[in-house]
Amino acid sequence: MAASPIEARVDVPIVSVRPAAPGAWTTLGRFIRRKPLGAAGGVIMVVMVVTAVLAPWLQTHDPIATNAAYTLGKPNADHWLGTDHLGRDIYSRIVHGAWVSLVVGLGSTLLGSVLGGIIGLLSGYIGGKTDLIAQRVLDILQGLPLLVLALVMSASLGPSIRNVIVAISIPIIPRAARVIRASVLSIREMQYIEAARALGVRHLRVAFRHILPNTVGPFIVLCTAQLGSAILVEATLSFLGMGVPEPYPSWGRMLSVSAAEYAQKAPHLVMFPGIAISLAVFGSNLLGDALRDTLDPRLRGSR
Amino acid sequence: MKTYVAQRLGIAVLTLIGMSMVIFVLLRLAPGDIVDILFSTAGYVNDSEKAAIMKELGLDRSYVTQYLDWMRQIVTFDLGKSYRYDIPAWEIIRPLLPVTIELAVLSMIVAVALGVPAGVISAIRQDTTLDYALRVFSLAGLSMPSFWLGMVIILGMVSWFGWIPALTYVKPTENFRAHAIQFALPALAVGYRSSALIMRITRSSLLEVMREDYIRTAWAKGQRERIVIWRHALKNAILPVVTVIGIEFAFLIGGLVVTETVFNLPGVARFLVQAILWRDYPIVQTLVMFIAIVVIASNLIVDMLYGVLDPRVRYGS
Repeated sequence: MAASPIEARVDVPIVSVRPAAPGAWTTLGRFIRRKPLGAAGGVIMVVMVVTAVLAPWLQTHDPIATNAAYTLGKPNADHWLGTDHLGRDIYSRIVHGAWVSLVVGLGSTLLGSVLGGIIGLLSGYIGGKTDLIAQRVLDILQGLPLLVLALVMSASLGPSIRNVIVAISIPIIPRAARVIRASVLSIREMQYIEAARALGVRHLRVAFRHILPNTVGPFIVLCTAQLGSAILVEATLSFLGMGVPEPYPSWGRMLSVSAAEYAQKAPHLVMFPGIAISLAVFGSNLLGDALRDTLDPRLRGSR
Repeated sequence: MKTYVAQRLGIAVLTLIGMSMVIFVLLRLAPGDIVDILFSTAGYVNDSEKAAIMKELGLDRSYVTQYLDWMRQIVTFDLGKSYRYDIPAWEIIRPLLPVTIELAVLSMIVAVALGVPAGVISAIRQDTTLDYALRVFSLAGLSMPSFWLGMVIILGMVSWFGWIPALTYVKPTENFRAHAIQFALPALAVGYRSSALIMRITRSSLLEVMREDYIRTAWAKGQRERIVIWRHALKNAILPVVTVIGIEFAFLIGGLVVTETVFNLPGVARFLVQAILWRDYPIVQTLVMFIAIVVIASNLIVDMLYGVLDPRVRYGS
């Protein structure tokens, strides 16, 4: 190793002294400079949101219209990414799939994180027996692999977008509750909370007005981290035939059994939807990592 | 230590009982029952026939009775009967177990063999191009669905090597080479994904330990890098990694569900998916419960391992 080992390893934590409340643009600029990978993830997410919202205008064909004359078509000028076994345009389906992915991903992440966050807030603030019982119940929910729980939930609720969102949000609840509870526990001991109580502020008001706003950092980190896995679980459920039902084009379902059958004849059937899923999840993971490093330095590098 | 183990065992049992209730309730939220599914293809079934089948399957009893009966079965290791196949669940599951266990163990080996060295390298070359490359590589592993990765691997093998995957399961006794290839690919797909998490924890944990005073002392003594890292630092950095490997086991089962499907391996995980689609309650209940037990057990084992690996951890005092 060329550099002196000691020098290379002295890692002084940088305490940045920030001026009070820098503008949004300044913060954004600094984020892009310090976390280029995170910024790249942010760009991917923005592209995904724009694609999802503008899907009807970005499509070149009707995503659900079949065309028996042109099945398993190779990518060409008309069908940019080719067609599937029913002659549906893959590009248009991927563009619309972004909307499904985003709605399910964001919906389940927000639902799970908000429910989990409230449980974590109350359980951490009240403490004692309530906390103990809440923790044990959350243990139960967390004991099952995320995908297995979502699979059983989804099978049991039946296929619909709403049910898939609920199914994916349930396994997120205990994970969210843990994170929020941990930060509530440290905030609870701070002096301004004691001061608020001494002034006679009611418990609920303390919890929601004085503690909750300070958990926003971990909450955002949590949501971005969960978004990637929610998108992945949606794709997996749809792949297994227990996710978003027809006629919604879902990236996971595009890879489903039919794709596996035709994979050798038409590899584009397998490649493009998979790349779409991977990019979306990759983007939210990159963004999540960078946000965590910025907002929550204690968890740096872990998950 | 003894009281600690007893305490942990008690909590584990309580958690499992809670899980069994959750599983039981979840499966009964389902619209439509097994009788409708079984006869939807056979056509019309009249009410008295349906009632007779329900009675035979024990579905006419109250939920409480059904639950208690299931609990009794679990305790006595009688896993009940499959509705669909009309043979004991255990007889269906038993031949599937070795496939899943073999795949799980192989994947875990791949995950550790990739994840730990990558994490160490990434940590000791922090913020170099190599570090960035490794981190992007691992993040990519977390981002790709393992079933898709499996498909791409198959596709790549086919188009580059003209290799045709074995479409059905090959026993190791029949043709060891074919068997090894058949398992190596899914193990790679699942293992790569799991290695990402192991790598990240190894990296952050090692980075933290490298800042400790005793590491500076080791450097100051003039120890070589290899000794400082592998003997001094990694020993203390490995504890969180062990936790993650434990957690990873649960994560891995999720990965197996789809990977077994893609690679057409007759394992428990693939069977679980089919059983869910058929609403074969006894099998699904039993399998999910089985997964829960494996997860709880692996967490318990990890906790116990702490005491062995790290003498600083003292139990029960």
